Amino acid sequence: MNAPLLRVEGLVKHFETKLSSGVRRRRRVVQAVSGVSLEVAAGETLGLVGESGSGKTTVARCLLRLIEPTAGRVRFDGRDLASLGAEELRHLRRRMQIVFQDPFASLDPKMTVGASIAEPLVVQGVPGDHDDKVVHLLRLVGLSPDHARRFPHEFSGGQRQRIGVARALALDPSLVVLDEPVSALDVSIQAGVVNLFADLQRRLGMSFVFIAHDLSVVRHIAHRVAVMYLGKIVEIGATAAVYGRPSHPYTTALLSAVPVPDPARERARTRIVLEGDVPSPVDPPSGCRFRTRCWKATDVCAVEEPPLTVRASGQASACHHPEG
Amino acid sequence: MSAVLRVRDLRVTFATPLGDLGAVRGVDLDVNAGEVLGVVGESGSGKSVTFLAAMGLLPATASVRGSVQVDGIELVGASPRELRRVRGRLMSMIFQDPLSALNPVHRVGAQIAEMLQAHQQMGDRAAATRAVELLELVGIPQPADRARQYPHEFSGGMRQRVVIAIAMANRPKVLVADEPTTALDVTVQAQILEVIQRVQAETGTAVVLITHDLGVVARVCDRVQVMYAGRSVERGDVRALFERPTHPYTRGLLDSLPREGLEQLTPIAGFPPNMLRPPSGCAFRVRCPHAIEACGGEVPDLRPVGAQESACIRASELASAAGGR
Repeated sequence: MNAPLLRVEGLVKHFETKLSSGVRRRRRVVQAVSGVSLEVAAGETLGLVGESGSGKTTVARCLLRLIEPTAGRVRFDGRDLASLGAEELRHLRRRMQIVFQDPFASLDPKMTVGASIAEPLVVQGVPGDHDDKVVHLLRLVGLSPDHARRFPHEFSGGQRQRIGVARALALDPSLVVLDEPVSALDVSIQAGVVNLFADLQRRLGMSFVFIAHDLSVVRHIAHRVAVMYLGKIVEIGATAAVYGRPSHPYTTALLSAVPVPDPARERARTRIVLEGDVPSPVDPPSGCRFRTRCWKATDVCAVEEPPLTVRASGQASACHHPEG
Repeated sequence: MSAVLRVRDLRVTFATPLGDLGAVRGVDLDVNAGEVLGVVGESGSGKSVTFLAAMGLLPATASVRGSVQVDGIELVGASPRELRRVRGRLMSMIFQDPLSALNPVHRVGAQIAEMLQAHQQMGDRAAATRAVELLELVGIPQPADRARQYPHEFSGGMRQRVVIAIAMANRPKVLVADEPTTALDVTVQAQILEVIQRVQAETGTAVVLITHDLGVVARVCDRVQVMYAGRSVERGDVRALFERPTHPYTRGLLDSLPREGLEQLTPIAGFPPNMLRPPSGCAFRVRCPHAIEACGGEVPDLRPVGAQESACIRASELASAAGGR
């Protein structure tokens, strides 16, 4: 394989919070991401799944350097993002874009759709009027050229998300981070947007980092998938391997919790229902962070953090007692 | 079979500055004792409004017509006093956000006791004891200690359990759960669905589960009613309906879901109608691949088709053409 487009090594992000309890103020550190390493190849989709608090959105923001990582390195096309000055970073950002979950909040209600889509071109100082480009982008995402003159409120959720995608594609990026891009959409609309991503990748060859809590959508669209729990990757590998033969007990439990739209199969399944909630990232468990909810946990899990280890079916998992 | 909740020709219209909006346009619905009925539809289908109307929880801008009977008691046009006697005693409703249903300055146990004493002659001590039992019923560990805590001391999943305990306090005939797991993580969702199933099995309460998630329906429901644009378009046994949907909208919903081994998803064309001006006849016809001229005629009612009921005038014809699915 060629050098990956994106390489993340040992990414750490801590947030400081001030919790006021009564008269005392305590400083506490939220360990949102604790040592994440991953790679994304050109033309590939990496799915990033996990529950709330797993750190998946924080990883996404560090990838684009929208927030500064506490430690670790993000290399895009061989260049370390942290080493770049403001001007160089702005230039590199042409090639990496992000689409957010809420298609209502991410568009300026007072700008026409055409102006919104052209804005990245203006910001990046691309010369010329951008009318042709806007028409091309609208067509690319399945909208009509005369939509450019309209305002966001005239569009449905699915159409607005397409506008957001058109804007993200304005600068011909090689990497687009999609942060829960279909979660706010109704199922019948969601399918069209998911198809759009697959189609865009086939035609334009960009890479996606697809963040979602919906595991069935990720299975459908991602080539590889990383499962996060409490700031760490617990399993990463080819989608077929991770879904077909999960190695980490958390992955097993997560997959078992997802209801499938098939009554006969649903009723025949044996289900692993995890006890309790995800612990606080302020004070994560020692050793393996999943051990407090894991039915396989033993003494070693509390003292020794399991490293990501490649398993027989190809994926890597971080567990002392892997499945299968 | 005896229906504990019986809805007939329910119509809900909101007066808006842009004109009257028909959110529910003639819905029939039966909830039988001891069953779990799934009510499915996308945003704007009228699934929540149907039950808010049944509970008498809509604002004054809404006009409600038709009939809603719980255990034989008519609720449409009932006085606030009559409604108060029914809500929480015969029929309870829980929502997506448990925090907004709980009072932040009262202990959880006291909030359950309040619900008990609102409908039953019960002393403080008996109510407190019963509150702890209810917390145990919904699977909260150390219920006696937890009863003395405040809502902010509970996680999202635990709060939803508390809300279920309050809703179940007086053993209602019907528990309406409106997207009860939508705000929760999938592993916590699995816990809450188990709680609902266990509570249902132990008390015999009928459950209505309003959801957009067909996976959740497949897991817990006995029967399903599918809604679109303020109307019921299909209803039937959950297995039959998932195996052989008879309405093109139901089929469209199922086809748009990602499944194992599926190469391409099939979205439904277009988008939901503007309910200020819904299409004539079948509201789905403007997005339907099988629409013919006759679909624009009369608004179709549910009619038996095979094992279920469908509001598609071409349902029998399409079913025999497809030869099942």
